[in-house]
Formats: sequence, C-alpha cells, structure tokens
Amino acid sequence: MSDTLKKPRVGFFVTCLVDIMRPRVGFAAVKLLEQAGCEVEVPRSQSCCGQPAYNNGDEANSRAIAKQVINVFDQFDYIVVPSGSCAGMFSEHFPRLFRYESSWLYRSQRMAARTWELTRFLVEVMQVNSLGSCYPAKCAYHDSCSGLRELGIQEQPRQLLSLVKDLSLAELDERDVCCGFGGTFSVKYPEISTRLVSNKVSDLEQTAADTLLGGDLGCLLNIAGRLRREGKATKVFHIAEVLAGMADGPGIAEPGDEA
Amino acid sequence: MTQAAPSAAVFKSKAREALSDPALLQAMERAKGGFVGARRIAIEELAEFESLRDAAQDIKDHVLNHLDLYLERYERKTIENGGHVHWAQTAEEACEIVKKICLDADARLVAKGKSMVSEEMGLNRVLEEAGIEVAETDLGEYIIQLAGESPSHIIAPAIHKTREQITELFYENHKGHGFSERVTRREDIVNEARSVLRNVFARADVGITGANFLVAETGANVIVTNEGNGDLASTLPRVQIITAGIEKVIPSLDDLSTFLRILSRSATGQEMSAYTTLYAGPRRQGEVEGPTEYHVVLLDNGRSAMLGGSYRSMLRCIRCGACLNHCPVYSAVGGHAYGWVYPGPMGSVLTPLMQGFERSFDLPNACTLNGRCNDVCPVRIPLSDMLRRHRFEQYRRNLNPWLGRRLLSLWAWFARRPRLYQGVVALPVWAMNRFGRGRGVLRRLPGAGGWTGGRDLAVPEKRTFQVQWQAKRDSDA
Repeated sequence: MSDTLKKPRVGFFVTCLVDIMRPRVGFAAVKLLEQAGCEVEVPRSQSCCGQPAYNNGDEANSRAIAKQVINVFDQFDYIVVPSGSCAGMFSEHFPRLFRYESSWLYRSQRMAARTWELTRFLVEVMQVNSLGSCYPAKCAYHDSCSGLRELGIQEQPRQLLSLVKDLSLAELDERDVCCGFGGTFSVKYPEISTRLVSNKVSDLEQTAADTLLGGDLGCLLNIAGRLRREGKATKVFHIAEVLAGMADGPGIAEPGDEA
Repeated sequence: MTQAAPSAAVFKSKAREALSDPALLQAMERAKGGFVGARRIAIEELAEFESLRDAAQDIKDHVLNHLDLYLERYERKTIENGGHVHWAQTAEEACEIVKKICLDADARLVAKGKSMVSEEMGLNRVLEEAGIEVAETDLGEYIIQLAGESPSHIIAPAIHKTREQITELFYENHKGHGFSERVTRREDIVNEARSVLRNVFARADVGITGANFLVAETGANVIVTNEGNGDLASTLPRVQIITAGIEKVIPSLDDLSTFLRILSRSATGQEMSAYTTLYAGPRRQGEVEGPTEYHVVLLDNGRSAMLGGSYRSMLRCIRCGACLNHCPVYSAVGGHAYGWVYPGPMGSVLTPLMQGFERSFDLPNACTLNGRCNDVCPVRIPLSDMLRRHRFEQYRRNLNPWLGRRLLSLWAWFARRPRLYQGVVALPVWAMNRFGRGRGVLRRLPGAGGWTGGRDLAVPEKRTFQVQWQAKRDSDA
C-alpha cells in the first residue's frame, strides 16, 4: 500500500546553461515538480550532459561524461531535465555512445527510459491539470528542435500553457524551423547563426506576441540576445518560469534584479 | 564553359559572401517559400505518404543488399535491348568513356539534359577540352552555363539567380541569336531560351542525360523532368548517353511506381512532374525515331566503398532536394558556399566521402543538427546522425582546429569533475554579473565575439544555481 502512495523520487538535472545563465529556471522547475507531488533531489555532482563534446566529435569525453551522469542519476525513479536538448542527449544519444560496451549500454538504456523533459513529464507522468499561475500576455512558443524531433514535444507545453490564467498563445509561422543556436554552432558559424536568429525574430514580430516562451534555454538566450540587439522589447522566459508563476521579474536578457 | 574546381575548403568565406549578397537573399527567400509550402500541401493530400516512405526505404535497402545482382540484371537487359553498358570506377574514367563515345561518333555538339552525376564527373570541361561543344538544355543548367557557374541546387541549378540577373544574362548572350531586347516576363524568358535551344536539339550529334532510376527488370532508364528537354536530348541526337551512379538501380516497374509517388512530391510538391519518360535502348528496326546508339555509363566514384560502412543508407538518396529546401543553413547561404556539386545536408554527407575529409572540414560542422532534413527525407536517411558521424571521424583524424580542440578538452576535463567544475564556473559568472549588472546584457565580451557579433549576451545572476541551491539547503536545514 505504501508503495502506491510514495512520492516519485525525481533526480533533477539542472543543465549547464540553467546553472550558469538563469538559475531561476531551475528553481521554477523544482517548484513545479514539487507541486505535482514529486520528491525532488538535485545531486550536487552534475555539470553538463556532454553535448559540446559529442557534437564536436569527441566520443571519448562524451562517454566519460555520460558515465559520470549515469553513475549519479541512475538511483532515481525519474530524471527530469528542463531542456529538450539535454533530455534528448540522455534518451537518444547515451545508448548510442555505448553501442559496443554492453554493461554501459544496459545502464544507459535504463537511464534513457527514465529520462523526461520537464513539460512532457508534467503532462504525461504527473498528469498535471491545474497550476494556479497567471500570466496576462500574448505569448508565442518556440519549439526547440531536439525536443520536437527527438522527443516529440509539441503539444505538452501548449497544454500546460492553456492552464495558465489570462495567457493567450500565438503560433509562429515557421514553428518547425531552427533558431540558429545549435550549441557551439552559434559561435563557430556566427554569421549564419545570426541570420537564422534574425529570421526567427522577424517571424516572432509577425505574431505580435509580447512574450516568447520556450523549453530550452540555449535557444532562448539566442533569440533574446538577438531581440535586444535589434532593440526589441519582447520579453523572453523559459516556460517553467511562467508555469510556476515566477515570471513577474525581468525576462531573459533584461535589466533588473540580477542579484 | 569552365566549371568551378571542387573546393569545399572555403565554406566560411563563401558563406560570409553569400550572407551579404542581397540578390541571393531575395532569390533564396522566394525559393524556400515555394518548395516547402508546395511539398507540405502535396503530402497532406496523400494519406499514405508515410507508408510510401517506408516502402521506398525498404526497396532501396533491399537493392543495396543485392546491388551486384540488380546491376548485372540491368546490364543484361540493356544489352538485350541493343544498348551498351560501361562501368567506371572513377569520375575520370567515366569522362574518358563519354569522351571516347563522342569522338568515335565524330560529335561536334552535345546536347545535355540535367545530370548531377555529370556535374560530379566534371564532364563538360573534359568534352570542351576535346573540342566538343556542350550545350546544357535544362533551363536552369543553361542559365548557369551562360553565367559560367556551377549548380547551386540539385534540382533547381539556377535557384540562386534572380529574374533580373537572368534578363541581363540573356541580353548579353543572345544577341547573336537575333534577340536584341531585354526580356523580363517569365514566359518571355522561357520562350527565348526555348528558341535558342531548339536549334541545339536540331544540330546535336550526341545527347547526354542522367537517370532518376534504372529499372533492372526491363533495362529502362527513367527520367523525371518538367521541361521536356531531357526527352529531346534523348530522342533527337543519333547517339544517346546516360550517366548514372550505380545506386540508381531499382528492381522493377512496380517499385518505380512507389518512387514516382514520393519523388516529385518531395522535390517540388508536384504529384507528378510534367514528363516521366522510360527509355530502353536504341531505335529498333522499323522505328522512325530515337538514337541509333545507346550507351549507359555507370559510375562508382566512392559509392561501393560507402556500401560496406556506416554511410550505407546515404546510397538510398534519390536526389529530390527536399533536405536542401528545408535546411535553414542552405537557405541562408545558398548552394555555392558548399564548394562542390552537392550542397545542403545530402551534400555535406557526400562531399567528404567523395572529395575527402581534409578538403571539406566545415560541411559537417556547419549544421545546427536541428534534424528537419531527416523529417522530410523521402527515404528516411538519418542525415544529421551522419553529419555527427563525420565529426567523430574528423576528430579521430585530428582535423579540428588546434585551439578549439584544446578548449574542448579542457572544458571536458572539468565537466567530468562536477565539484571542481562548479568552483571554476563561479568566477566567470560572478565577473559577467559584475560587468553587466543593471543592463541585462553585455554587448561585447572579450573572447565571446562569436556570440556578441550578432546578438547581446544575457547577464547571468550573481551566483550559479548550484551555489544558490546549496545555500538554500543549508539555511533550510
């Protein structure tokens, strides 16, 4: 009997970008998970999912980082990540890294099966159907590519946003097109990346939304950075901030209480 | 007309040039909208599209498992039909074979239909050096031949050209054909080209086309076009030559129908292209039309090496161009930046395999790994996985720039030691916060010019999540 009542134990993987660039996304995500009835732990021994190494061809370091992550996180019922890109790394790519290393292949597959992107976890596992948050604005949602294509995240964030009081949603015309972030791509090919993010900003303008939301901080830093460079005032938040009712302060790349 | 020498080593500078070319931007914007929208509609109207993709993939995989068998069957059928089949290991060999056929036929003028394999071979240059005039007859190919350029798209070679540029090209080049006015309307441009090219078809001794499919069952060469130029180039000259990669063979006419249903929909969003023609051999006794000689040149050029390795599924490619049309990077920089004949995602996979990893470092890297190409590929080639695999290979071969590699290793060393890592990142976070506080963004940051060149950098909070979380835990406890 006690088993069914036990709260699921969630290991929260912060992601390196949230850790460094926008900690409040992490706090918002933890709040949402706890509200949904999870027991959340944030292991201290975590840094990054390893994509910078993996996507730049360094298999050996990707494997080493993957092993470290698996060692720390495989004790949890669920591993929840506030990023489709990092969650996709665990779910899709860790098992590929260990194709020829059977003991780790098994462990990476177990980890993959228990890894969830935050919005999908809230909708499909915790079946969240009320939030109690309010955000009176017209928002556009940016589907990040890894979440969309590797994990099928598209309806889940929209479903959660429909629970936010006074929030209306506008859709981008090219909602399946990359914003040009691409991790290290953004600094290795800055001119191309800038063109792509400028296209995204124009598309966003067309929607006349006041706020852009998304589930991946990398894309959001990219789009927000371009919005500011173009002198636009559109606010940018990670979806967790709005869902948790923590979007009353300054948005990404906005001046404010950076304390 | 000379062709650009293959060089994928200059991607960055060419891409930079392309990004600041307003005419290219205009041309690419128009193209992107057209193809992507048309494909979406065509696919929405065909409920079984996804299962056709599965079927097409299965057929291609089956063929690749038995490639020798189907190629030999195709050869046998073609010979039975009265044609000749030539096997070429390399592009040079293939060019020599074609040249010899042309010289043996005393050819002075060759009319070409669009063939990406002939671009891959660099055929035009070889024929011209042998004193043979080569006329491209596909409108797009004709335009870039006039401009002295190479194709920038595998199905729309002149997609990078605006109509104004074409008007000028025709004005400059058609004076000798009796055209002295600038033509600006689409129909007039087409009619003028048609009139100039009609003369080519009438005079050509040899016609050279590519192949969309080679049907082993019947020996048929299938070409799918919208202009009919391929048909004129195939039927009017006395000698017909088909250049095709060995992966083009499919088992049967039944299989052909599967591919025809996905090819044009994926490429241009048409249900079928205007012309779909099957050729099998020279003019038969009693027939009044068609060539008297029929040659098929089958090119390997690295394909059989791909068969055995992890790039095998790339041989499923049917050259529809959907991955180009849906690639945001291709749409931004155009095809010429890729430096060789195959651009976009499929080109970034193929070029390193055919031209060498050393000469094409940027191609697999200039991709955000967004995966939209995988989604639209009619034969489900995992293009972005292959690009990532190329990156592994580059890293193994030590091709990455020294500094980037060192930085990556240093970062990884810390990332593997999270507690140490957290201590180390605290400092730059504090510094960025210190310098940017109150402004929300940094407009410049030493060493981060790649980021701040085109966008501002958000200022982080003073302390990392981990530091704040530990502090909160300690105070809660």
